Amino acid sequence: MLTAYKKMGLIGLLIVALAAVCVLAAGRGQVPISPSEVAGSLLHRLGLDLGPMPSAVQGENALWLVRFPRVVLAVIVGASLGCAGALMQGVFGNPLAEPGVVGVSAGAAVGAAAAIVSGVTFLGGWTTAAAAFAGGIVTTFIVYGMSRAGGRTEVVTLVLTGVAVNATAGALLGLLMFLTDDDGVRAIAFWQLGSLAQATWGAVAVAGPCALAGLAVAVALSRRLDLLALGERPARHLGVDTERLRITAIVVTALLTASAVAFTGIISFVGLIVPHLIRMVAGPGHRVLVPASALGGAVVVVTGDLIARTAIEYQELPLGVLTAVVGGPAFFWLLRRTRARAGGWG
Amino acid sequence: MKATGVSVSLGGSSVVSSVDLHVSPGEVVALVGPNGAGKSSLLGALAGDLSFTGDISVSGAPLRSYKPVALARLRAVLPQKAALSFPFTVGEVVRMGRAPWSGRPESSDDEDAVVEAMEVTETTGFAARPFPALSGGEQARVALARVLAQRTPLLLLDEPTAALDLRHQELVLSVARARAAAGTAVIVVLHDLSLAAAYADRAYVLASGRVRSEGPPSQVFTSELLSDVYQHDVEVLPHPRTGTPLVVPRRP
Repeated sequence: MLTAYKKMGLIGLLIVALAAVCVLAAGRGQVPISPSEVAGSLLHRLGLDLGPMPSAVQGENALWLVRFPRVVLAVIVGASLGCAGALMQGVFGNPLAEPGVVGVSAGAAVGAAAAIVSGVTFLGGWTTAAAAFAGGIVTTFIVYGMSRAGGRTEVVTLVLTGVAVNATAGALLGLLMFLTDDDGVRAIAFWQLGSLAQATWGAVAVAGPCALAGLAVAVALSRRLDLLALGERPARHLGVDTERLRITAIVVTALLTASAVAFTGIISFVGLIVPHLIRMVAGPGHRVLVPASALGGAVVVVTGDLIARTAIEYQELPLGVLTAVVGGPAFFWLLRRTRARAGGWG
Repeated sequence: MKATGVSVSLGGSSVVSSVDLHVSPGEVVALVGPNGAGKSSLLGALAGDLSFTGDISVSGAPLRSYKPVALARLRAVLPQKAALSFPFTVGEVVRMGRAPWSGRPESSDDEDAVVEAMEVTETTGFAARPFPALSGGEQARVALARVLAQRTPLLLLDEPTAALDLRHQELVLSVARARAAAGTAVIVVLHDLSLAAAYADRAYVLASGRVRSEGPPSQVFTSELLSDVYQHDVEVLPHPRTGTPLVVPRRP
């Protein structure tokens, strides 16, 4: 366990790591640009006449039209997923909970698939993203509404309702794929694989404010989330309005996850693994866990996207596949490790 | 705290029916009775956890009129079982007891309250250890330290001695007595009737959700009443030195 001083150091370290990996990611690709040129281009736009400008042909355009929106969206998506994971785990009091548990990802997938299959384009190129967002939010509220009884929410009921909703969403997705043609199946499949290839400044402008607002609320909730670790009643005995805390946290999680997933498709395991790793290093206190998980999630997604688009030349690996390939085994390891140490979760 | 005509229903069946109860500052009140008598349900209603019919007032105002945080500055509750979903350290857990005072002048006593609570429960030595790594009895004392650190004028303790060895049972009830001497009102659910007789000013004997008898243990704990309530022959003997009642089941 780290001291308060060292925990602040961890946050500082993550910020430095994130800045470094962003500059690196912006420079890699078909038009290589050195880190100093990336920094130079950024500083020139900020009105500072420092550092070299990109020397490559079309370098400036590649940076500002393709790479930067992609890297910034990766930061937003990663931070949203990491923060949402930390929030969910805190609310459920279970280190295995993640946004997928309440059905946000599955609901978003159904929304996106419905938009693809029906061919509606009421928002032009944004239709799929908007439908995914709506699907995620609506599903979360259905789960929450169904698992509430007498003004209270039993955690086990909530989790089991999430399981049922996820199964239903899976069936709807299958039905939609059955109804559509080959192109539709392809589009749905690719959306579910998750990718940042569609990143634009427009996507950044929508997901960014959602992420910032969500993060701010999450940080404000962190002290009360600590108390919730004692259990629902003891937290209330300490003055926490537990029902309100739970609703707020679930709305914020839905907002963060749905807005992230809407533009990129499903990127799994970031929300599960990142808070886990942070908790191992910095302990379970949410005041550090929430911001550190957001930063850690951003580092992971930016790095993952960098690997996804540069590992194979002229090809892009789906980011969601990459995170699942790494995340699945990591999850197994976490399970075994926790079981060996604490005798399971009881 | 004062309760009048309090009834609690759980899952359609009545577990507490029209109980009257009161506790004043400086007093230790014990709730005793067999399993299923409604002790914990009654305590749950007093804590504001369970919905009830009838009236409960705290510091002169109805229990229902309080916001959670205002209530948390008036009363602290020790649950029967201490749980923790993440491996916080013992020090962090005890400090959680100070949460209701955050942002108030009393928060300048945070450090003091935490140190004192850990001293009296003999948990200072574990401060840096993760809570889940402690034994059951140690966890129970840490949970008590958290409740004491809250520094409220009313303490509700649900079986605080259940997981403890003989020495720590005495320790916990001495702490409750000391708090009462300083002006705190204490309601404690106990199974050990001799402990209740030794430490409580008054006792409520509950059976089937009703108060069967109420008063100082020396008057209330009679062989007849307890034999009837527990449906087992019980002998009550005065302690040869102090005269406090000793309650023992009659054995062959």
